[in-house]
Amino acid sequence: MAPENQDTTRATSGEEVVPPHTPSVMNTGPIDLGHIEVLQILNEHGEVDSGLDPHLSDEILLKVHRAMVLTRAFDQRMLTMQRQGRMGTFAPNIGQEACIIGQVIPLTNDDWFAPSYRSFGAQIVRGWPMEQLMRLWAGFHDGFPPPSHVNDLPFSIVVGSHVLPAVGIGMGMNYKKKNDCIVVNFGDGASSQGAVSEALNFAAVYKAPVVFVCENNGWAISTPIQKQTMNEVLATRGTSHGIPSIRVDGNDILAMICTTQEAVQRAKNGEGPTFIEAMTYRMSLHTTADDPKVYRDESEVEPWHCRCPIKRFETYLKNKQLLTEESIKELLESCEQEVIEARDKFYSMPAADPCEIFDYLYESIPDELIDQREEYLQRLRNKGVNDE
Amino acid sequence: MSKLTMVEALSLAMDQEMERDENVCLLGEDIGINGGVFRATKDLQQKHGESRVMDTPLAECGIVGTAVGMAIYGVRPVVEIQFSGFTMQAFDQIEQNMARLHNRTRGKYTISMVLRTPYGGGIRAVEHHSESREAYWAHTPGLKVVIPSGPRNARALLVAAIREDNPIVFYEPKSVYRAFREEVPQEPEMMEIGKADIVKEGSDITLISYGAMMRPCKEAVEDLADDHNINVELIDLLTISPMDTATLTTSVQKTGRCVIVHEGHRTCGVASEIIARLNESVFEYLEAPIKRITGFDIPFPYFQVEEHFLPESEEIVQAIKETIDWQ
Repeated sequence: MAPENQDTTRATSGEEVVPPHTPSVMNTGPIDLGHIEVLQILNEHGEVDSGLDPHLSDEILLKVHRAMVLTRAFDQRMLTMQRQGRMGTFAPNIGQEACIIGQVIPLTNDDWFAPSYRSFGAQIVRGWPMEQLMRLWAGFHDGFPPPSHVNDLPFSIVVGSHVLPAVGIGMGMNYKKKNDCIVVNFGDGASSQGAVSEALNFAAVYKAPVVFVCENNGWAISTPIQKQTMNEVLATRGTSHGIPSIRVDGNDILAMICTTQEAVQRAKNGEGPTFIEAMTYRMSLHTTADDPKVYRDESEVEPWHCRCPIKRFETYLKNKQLLTEESIKELLESCEQEVIEARDKFYSMPAADPCEIFDYLYESIPDELIDQREEYLQRLRNKGVNDE
Repeated sequence: MSKLTMVEALSLAMDQEMERDENVCLLGEDIGINGGVFRATKDLQQKHGESRVMDTPLAECGIVGTAVGMAIYGVRPVVEIQFSGFTMQAFDQIEQNMARLHNRTRGKYTISMVLRTPYGGGIRAVEHHSESREAYWAHTPGLKVVIPSGPRNARALLVAAIREDNPIVFYEPKSVYRAFREEVPQEPEMMEIGKADIVKEGSDITLISYGAMMRPCKEAVEDLADDHNINVELIDLLTISPMDTATLTTSVQKTGRCVIVHEGHRTCGVASEIIARLNESVFEYLEAPIKRITGFDIPFPYFQVEEHFLPESEEIVQAIKETIDWQ
């Protein structure tokens, strides 16, 4: 029904403005994402690109290998403990060891690292005791603060929430004229968060010494990357903010170390942030509370067994005569033993102190919270819980 | 001493704190050469440089989140969010990081930062520019929420906030920014955060308010004394959280009556909390129900009618008379 008093000066359809069959003025074809390099140095058969081999020292190579094996041993032990009812919800990292270890190898103790919840491999390398990480995942507050000698953030739980503070730490380094940098780790899911885009923009504008490592493992719980974004090349999130960006085979430890090293060097040279998209795959569960069979075909996981970051690195190290089948076996046993020792330490640690939940909120506890704490302590006394 | 507006007093506080401590820096939209939309940072970039008075990209969440990181690294950022309505963009970083990181790290990292933002109505501003949502931040464990009411206490509280080793949300009553001048000493002075101010002692009834609403409250107190011989004790809360419950209860124990005024919404507002506390601790002293005059539970109205939304002194006078006469 035509409205009364229709304004005859107002066009009622687009065709009245621009006649049909006018040639299109927009390029609506496929969008050119520009050239994003995908770096691989060590392929899935363990063959090295000799032109790119960084020739790391034997000592570093073996240290990195051990860290990867230890991370997987920790991972598997945590899953076992969780199934035994002795661990809280846990987010495994099986198959992503090269990615998580490689990104922190180039860091010094003065540099910083901002982990997310699947980053425990990097946390171990950074100096977090494994028994503390167990404590953290088992719901103890004292597991969260970084150890006194470690410049890390506690891991983020709300996806992507730590990326802005990480950039702020980089801005702080510039402010204090320190020649350090920070690596911040997040995933493909986090790339959809607005706060992550803001973080990229701030880092670029202030030339903050930040290395963004986006671990694209293909899945954010049940949401595959194809449903997460219509531009699957997440490295373009970096370039779109004016940040030099690269795509790397995240299961290639040499590529991870080399790219991160170069990004760290750029940061320390005052050249600002770098964005690294590490291509990997979440072979296991999102967390122990998750069942991927509900939403993904297990046949999708199969090819990733052949792309195992540890296996290919071991082939490389065997070819360099640094490892043998026997020494690999011995190393695995020694790593498992180290995890068992950490587990036993964790089991022998004191129970959580229920009295301290008010103590760390402010630098000093305000009067009104002192009153609430007294009320709470009385509740504990009523329940027969010792508050000494 | 010189007579300053609130904006000038705030500017003085930031300038002197930056001179005192090289770790104090300012972040915000248009705060540099432009001096901020209310000119609270006028000339500070020219004086202290671009690295210490940082114009930021237009992203409130980004400003707060990066300031948290700077604070972790030992810088003491003072953030300006142009209007408190825009702090909603930063809710994520305020709640998840600014308020929590000290607790998450059991004090390993101190979040010494101030989030300054003008709040409240009365300046005929467009939508989203007149909000009073201080109750959100008072409801968030880990923050302190400070709201000055005049030039002198604004300066003294901002200095204290900048030196405080806790994250502070500092709400500035923008209708007071240039409303009047007050003597403000050149020498830095501080007021203790978490302490209310008994602006005027009285015996008949306690009137509690803060921020921009202190002006109509003061008018009402004078009218009541002049026209009705009612002696009101007037308390300026100054810090919303942690609340100075002791000063409030001591006063109401004495007067037995209480009225609370704020422009923020009523439901779960600051007045609700004060009434609950008085009910818990001085119920037996109350001679009449406690009244509250607050903003209504609707979005702040478009400015053609805002004067009818904001509490005025006539209503306060009426509420106090009713509370005094209550049988």
